[in-house]
Amino acid sequence: MPENQVLVEIKDLHTYFFLAEGVVRAVDGVDLVIKRRQTLGVVGESGCGKSITSLSLLRLIPPPGRITQGEILYYKPSAGDNGSVDVINITALNPNGREIRDIRGNQISMVFQEPMTAMSPVRTVGQQIIEAIMLHQKVNKAEARKRAIEMLARVKMPKPERTIDDYPFQLSGGMRQRAVIAMALSCHPHLLIADEPTTALDVTTEAQILDLMRSLQNELGMAIMYITHNLGVVAEMAEEVAVMYLGKVVEQTDVKTIFLEPLHPYTQGLLSSIPRLDESIMRGEKRRRLQMIKGMVPDPYTRLKGCPFHPRCPKVIGDVCDQVEPASIWVRPGHMVRCHLYAEAVKSGPAPSH
Amino acid sequence: MPDLMPQSSPASSEPLLVVEGLTKYFPIRRGFFKRVVGQVKAVDHVDFYVQEGETLGLVGESGCGKTTTGRCILRAIEPTDGRILFRDPKLGRVDICKLDKEQIRLVRRNIRMIFQDPYASLNPRMTLLDIVGAPLRAMGLAHGKELEDRVAQMLQLVGLRPEYMRRYPHAFSGGQRQRIGLARALAPYPKFVVCDEPVSALDVSVQAQILNLLEDLQEQMGLTYLFVAHDLSVVAHISDRVAVMYVGKIVELASTAELFSSPKHPYTEALLSAIPLPDPRPREKRVLLTGEVANPANPPSGCYFHPRCSYAEEICKTHEPEFDEVTPGHYVKCHFGRELSLTGVVRMPDR
Repeated sequence: MPENQVLVEIKDLHTYFFLAEGVVRAVDGVDLVIKRRQTLGVVGESGCGKSITSLSLLRLIPPPGRITQGEILYYKPSAGDNGSVDVINITALNPNGREIRDIRGNQISMVFQEPMTAMSPVRTVGQQIIEAIMLHQKVNKAEARKRAIEMLARVKMPKPERTIDDYPFQLSGGMRQRAVIAMALSCHPHLLIADEPTTALDVTTEAQILDLMRSLQNELGMAIMYITHNLGVVAEMAEEVAVMYLGKVVEQTDVKTIFLEPLHPYTQGLLSSIPRLDESIMRGEKRRRLQMIKGMVPDPYTRLKGCPFHPRCPKVIGDVCDQVEPASIWVRPGHMVRCHLYAEAVKSGPAPSH
Repeated sequence: MPDLMPQSSPASSEPLLVVEGLTKYFPIRRGFFKRVVGQVKAVDHVDFYVQEGETLGLVGESGCGKTTTGRCILRAIEPTDGRILFRDPKLGRVDICKLDKEQIRLVRRNIRMIFQDPYASLNPRMTLLDIVGAPLRAMGLAHGKELEDRVAQMLQLVGLRPEYMRRYPHAFSGGQRQRIGLARALAPYPKFVVCDEPVSALDVSVQAQILNLLEDLQEQMGLTYLFVAHDLSVVAHISDRVAVMYVGKIVELASTAELFSSPKHPYTEALLSAIPLPDPRPREKRVLLTGEVANPANPPSGCYFHPRCSYAEEICKTHEPEFDEVTPGHYVKCHFGRELSLTGVVRMPDR
């Protein structure tokens, strides 16, 4: 089944930042699999390493940051779509070399959070999209402009023939984000990394952009790695969800399971700490207190022994969680959790029912 | 203008704050002589009241005037027109718009504000003692040892250790900084707090801690909140009543339960439908708005929402609707507020 073919495989990725104050282990052993045409949601709070994972994938880690361990395998579908793939180890490439530049912005492209900083303010929207097209595709300027206008029309930009000559500051936030998406998709990438693309937008605009991304994904058949802290957006966009905490993926499974039967105490804590529009609000009942995760994310320089979540975990097992780091446990095919609570359950047979 | 006073309430529950026809236009100046060439109608004849002890949520998209409304209440921004009646424990019932400099200082002991960005709202060169003590010192409420004791008490109240008093803000995380801002706001024991997006900059797990703290303090200190935010789930959680703003005007105001289950304004319906729900099951129906928020310097004719409204008719283009009370306590600014049957939030089962 070509739909389920693996596109990118991240294996035991470590990206560290070597600062005067100490070493920040931003990404500390991440394993992820992105399948073709699929949307993988990556959720977590600030500092959990979700953005650094995606930047590592594009080899955009600025010094003093460095990928210290692990590999990122890109299964590049060969031209002609005959099903064969070339395996490229992205971590082995020169970050300034020709090969990665051929992938970056072309086969794997990115949409950033703040559309104003993602575009140059002194060049028109058109110039920036045309540049991307001419860099990666062998076309002349007139043809590139034609394709840029086509792409702007695809992202439902009103009057694309005119907007192409506008500067980013002349566009509203939502329109700017459409332009950034048009730029990212102009070379028909196999993978689109979307790093909080709607966080800076209003809800009604956010709904428009999410709708647009979904329909473009259907049209162009790309995979999306959707990074966000908003669990509502994940529920709407993703098929598969990875929850990150302190540089590690603590739980990964399909979107239904993560919301309805989460296993990791951190996932459970996150889900119960968001205010919900549920029945009791509709009935106007006295509101209940939100459940909280106690404490806060530790500062980035400290390295905790054992499970990184143990000081905040309500289900902490003494002498185990603070000593031994939990390994990835597959409670059933397609559901991974890194937590000691489930170690026994797996050894003794079937997956625990929740 | 409709009568916004609650009709069926006993005499004792006169609202703490009544806002009538509040208006703020920012002039647009151009050219050498800085001639006024237009007005940005940031807040345009807004009416609401807030009962003592309740939380009124104020929601809307960026640029709708919700922050300007909050700031006008403290006269941090000078309103262009309107009345803001506040029941001050010392001064009695006063119109904040008419107070002189000395009186406004007195009122600001009772009306305080917490800000969105905990990194920008604390002076990095001041210790917590200076920050939290500043309002007490400025209002002459405490000095020396007494001031220190009061700051220690405030820090404890918001869940920080009093020993931290001599530290600087850089040593604290976003959530802790928001607690410091809260301690500063509450130090003079105010009656009314304008919360301007107090949890928008925080992570989900910290957001829950601050929301719970705000509710606990409301109960302990008998506070009244105006809660300005754009996150509708947060507003629904914390508010007793909710007002929805669009391009400088309140388009709907109702109890939280009513507004979210049976909205009467098409804009509210679209807003509710746009909320990303943390539930992977597919939704029944989604109203996607087309177009963009109107420009408050050059708003459309009639109802400001008509170019984006799927229910708009001829009258919407020509006449501005009244702010009408369609059922008791439920106000809508729509020509068809009584007729339309709109969809609220798709119901989710209780956890």
